[in-house]
Amino acid sequence: MANFFLDNKDLQLQLEHPLMPHIIALRERNFAERDAYNHAPQDVEDAMNSYRLVMELAGEVCGETLAAHAESVDHEGPHHVGDHVEYAAGTVANLHAFHAAGLDGMSLPRKYDGLNFPLVTFVMVNEMIARADAGFQNVWGLQDCAETLNEFGSEEQKERFLKRTAEGATWSMALTEPDAGSDLGAVMLKATWNEERGQWLLNGVKRFITNGDGDLSLVLARTEEGTSDARGLSMFVYDKAWGGVKVRRIENKLGIKGSPTCELVFSDAPAELVGDRRMGLIKYVMSLMNAARLGISAQSVGTCEAALREAEKYALERRQFGKPIASFMAVSELLAQMKAKTQGARALLYETARFVEIYKQLAAVAKERALESEERQEMKFYNRLADGFTPLVKLFSSEYANQTAYDAIQVHGGSGFMKDYPCERIYRDARIMSIYEGTSQLQVVAAINGVTKGIFLEQIERYAAEAYAPALSNEVGMLQHMTEQVRQMVARVEQLDKEVAGFKEFHARRLVESIGHILMGYLLLREATQHPEEYLASARIFCRMGAGKVAEAYTVVTTSDEEDVALYRRA
Amino acid sequence: MNTIQRIVVLAKQVPDTRQVGKDAMTAEGTVNRAALPAIFNPEDLHALELALTLKERCAGASVYLLTMGPQRAADIIREAMYRGADGGYLLSGREFAGSDTLATSYALACALRKIGADVIVAGRQAIDGDTAQVGPQVAEKLGLPQVTYAEEVVNIEQGYLTIRRRIAEGIEVVKAPFPLVITVNGSAPACRPRHAKRLMYYKSARCRSELHAAPASFAAQRVAAKPELEIIEWTAANIQPDAAQLGLQGSPTKVKRIENVVFQAKEAKCLTAADEELEGLIQELMAAHTIG
Repeated sequence: MANFFLDNKDLQLQLEHPLMPHIIALRERNFAERDAYNHAPQDVEDAMNSYRLVMELAGEVCGETLAAHAESVDHEGPHHVGDHVEYAAGTVANLHAFHAAGLDGMSLPRKYDGLNFPLVTFVMVNEMIARADAGFQNVWGLQDCAETLNEFGSEEQKERFLKRTAEGATWSMALTEPDAGSDLGAVMLKATWNEERGQWLLNGVKRFITNGDGDLSLVLARTEEGTSDARGLSMFVYDKAWGGVKVRRIENKLGIKGSPTCELVFSDAPAELVGDRRMGLIKYVMSLMNAARLGISAQSVGTCEAALREAEKYALERRQFGKPIASFMAVSELLAQMKAKTQGARALLYETARFVEIYKQLAAVAKERALESEERQEMKFYNRLADGFTPLVKLFSSEYANQTAYDAIQVHGGSGFMKDYPCERIYRDARIMSIYEGTSQLQVVAAINGVTKGIFLEQIERYAAEAYAPALSNEVGMLQHMTEQVRQMVARVEQLDKEVAGFKEFHARRLVESIGHILMGYLLLREATQHPEEYLASARIFCRMGAGKVAEAYTVVTTSDEEDVALYRRA
Repeated sequence: MNTIQRIVVLAKQVPDTRQVGKDAMTAEGTVNRAALPAIFNPEDLHALELALTLKERCAGASVYLLTMGPQRAADIIREAMYRGADGGYLLSGREFAGSDTLATSYALACALRKIGADVIVAGRQAIDGDTAQVGPQVAEKLGLPQVTYAEEVVNIEQGYLTIRRRIAEGIEVVKAPFPLVITVNGSAPACRPRHAKRLMYYKSARCRSELHAAPASFAAQRVAAKPELEIIEWTAANIQPDAAQLGLQGSPTKVKRIENVVFQAKEAKCLTAADEELEGLIQELMAAHTIG
C-alpha cells in the first residue's frame, strides 16, 4: 500500500512546525465550533492528530488511486464532446476517490460543509497529488477559487457555491484571453447588465483556461464601457448549469495532459458579480493569483519529489560495470543535489504557506471584530512576508521541478528518453510550471521590491539570529558571507540604477535568486538542527550549491557596468 | 417485514498473511500473530461496501459491524465507522477463545439474535483460515436463507433482494427474501475509503475494556460527552449462550497435523514466443485447472 504521506518524513515534519499551535488557534477561533460539529477539534492536540490522520488518508488516495491512473490519464487525456469536456476515465475515478474520502472543500469553513483545515494541509495535499499526477493537481487544486469566493463573495453566494465545492464541484478561473496573458489589464470579455433579465451577461472569448469546463468558474470581465485598463474589470461567478459558455477547443499540450486547457466562447452567459465592480483585477484576482501561485509551487515540489524518487529507484536498480549506477559519483552527485533542491523548495513552500495562513486568518478575524493593535502589527508583518515569499517560492520550486525532471531523465540514460519510464511524463509535466500563473521572469518582477525594500534581508537577519547546531557552523559562515555579497550587490545595483535606467531590472533575477539561496539555506539549517538525520546532508549540500550560485551572481553584478543595459537590450 | 432497517456486517480482524515473511510461522507451525500486522479481513471490506451501498438505497437503514476477537479487534469496528458504519459490537472474552468455525458461528448467531438484523453481510472467507464456513453456518443457525459469492444487490423490492453472485461457471442472479445472510466475493466492488469527517469524529470511539484501560484519555472524555462513540462490547454473559457450545469446548475441529509446504519448482520449461507454443501452454494449464 503506497502512502505518499507516511513514506515522506520531510512532509510529516513540516506538519509538526512550532507555528502550528498558533495557526490552529487562529483557524479555530479558540475552538468556538468544538460543540457545534462532531468533527471540529477540541484542542490543539486533537486538531494536530486529525490533520495527521487526514493527511495519511490523502496520502493513501494519492499513492494508490491517483498514482495508478497517472499513465492512462496522460495517454487518454480529456475529450471534447459537443461543446463540453469529458475527463479521462482515470480523472473521473480520481475525483470520485477524493470526494469519497471527504477531502473536497478542505480549507472552507464548516458551515459550508468544509473541514476548516489550514492552508498548510491544503498545500500538502496538492503536493501529494502532484507527486502522483501533476495534471490532476490543476483539476482538484482549483478549489482555491472557492477560497477567493469565501473571501470576497456575499453570504448568499457562499451558501450556494461553497457548499457545492464540498459536494465535489470543480472550479476554474477564467482570466486569460488571446491578447491578455501576463497583462491581465487588457482583458476584453464584456459584461453587460441586462435590465430586462436583471442579470449580468458575459460575451467574448477566454483562452488557455485550465479546467475551463469546470462546474463553477470565476471570470474576469470588463464592466465599465470605454475603459481599457485594470480599473474597468470586475469579477464574476459562473455556474455551468446556467449555460452560455461553449468549449471551442481543448489544447493539445506537451504535458499535464489530463488537465483540460480550454478555449471558451461566452455568448450571453449569465453570471453573478462578486464583490464590488472595478475591483476584479486590482483586488480579487491578485488574491486569487497568490493562492494559485502557492498551488503551482505545491505542484512543483510534488513534481520534484516524483522525479527524485524515480531517479533514486532507477539508480539503485540499474547495474553497470558490476554495480548499481548510484554508486558512481557522477550519478550520486546528481541525486544528492536533486534531494537538496527538493527539500529546500519544500522548506520554502511550507514557510510561505504558514505566513500566508496567519496573515489571511487575521484578515478574516478583522471582518468579525476589531483587531487588537498587536494583532494588526502581526497581520502586517505576515502580509509583507507572504507577499515577498509567494513569488519567490513559485520561482524556485518551478525551476527546481524542471531541473530535477531533467536530471531524472539523465540518471535513466537512454531508457529515460523512451516512453517506458514515468520520468518522461514528469519531464513534460514540469515544463509548464515555470510558465503559468506568472512566468519565472514575472515572479522576479514581483519579488524584486522585497529585495530592495529589505523585506527579505530583514527576514534573513531573523533567521541568522537563531541558534544552529555546532556541526553547521561552517554553513552558517557560508550563509553570512553570501548575505554580505547580496548587500554589496544590492548597494551597487541601487546606485547604478539611478544613473542607468533599467540597471536594476537587468540584474533583478540575480538578486532575487541570491536571496532565495540564502533563505532556503537557513530554512534547511534550521531543520538540520532539529532533525539532523533527515536534513544534515541536504542542508550542507544546499549551502554549497547556493554559495556557488551567489558567487556567480556576485561576479556578474560587480563587474557589470552602465553599458550592460544597452549591450543586452535587443528591442 | 418489507423494509430494511438494520444491516449487520460480520467481520474479522486477521493477520495480514499477504505480508508473510520468514518469521510468519511459529516453531509449532501455527500463525505467528505478533509478526504480522492485524488487518480488516479483505473480503469483509467488500461486504462492508455492499452493506453501505444497501444502506444508501434504504431510507432509515443503519449498518453495524459485529466482530469476535480480543480488545484490539475494536480497530476494525473503528475502521468500519470511518468508512460509513453507524456503530459496532465486539464479542470479547476468554469464553470465546479457541473457537473454530462452529463455535464462532454459534456465538455470532447468539449475538445476532439479540441485535436483530434484516440483512447480515459477511465476507466470503477470511485470509487466515480460508474456510468460508462461518457465513453459511450463521445462516443455518438462524434459519435464514443465504446467498453466497455475492457481488451486488441488483434490486430491492417488497421483502426480497435480487442479488448477482459470482460462481465458477459465470454469474447467476438470484432473488431471496430477507432477513437473509449474504456472503460477499472478492470480485465485488472495493470498499470506499475512510471519510475525513468521520475519521475525525470516530477516532475517539472506544469499547468498554479500552475505556477501562485508559479512563483519563482524550478518547474517554469524548465518549463521556458523546455516548454514540461507545462501541458495544459484549462478553458471553450478554448473549445468553449454551456454554458448552462456546470457545474451545464448542469446537469439534481437531488439528491432526500441520505440514509446511515449501513450493519448489523442480522443472523448468522453455517456450519460444511462437503462438503454437503459447496455445499449448494454455491448453496444458487449463487441463490442470491452473487457469480457466
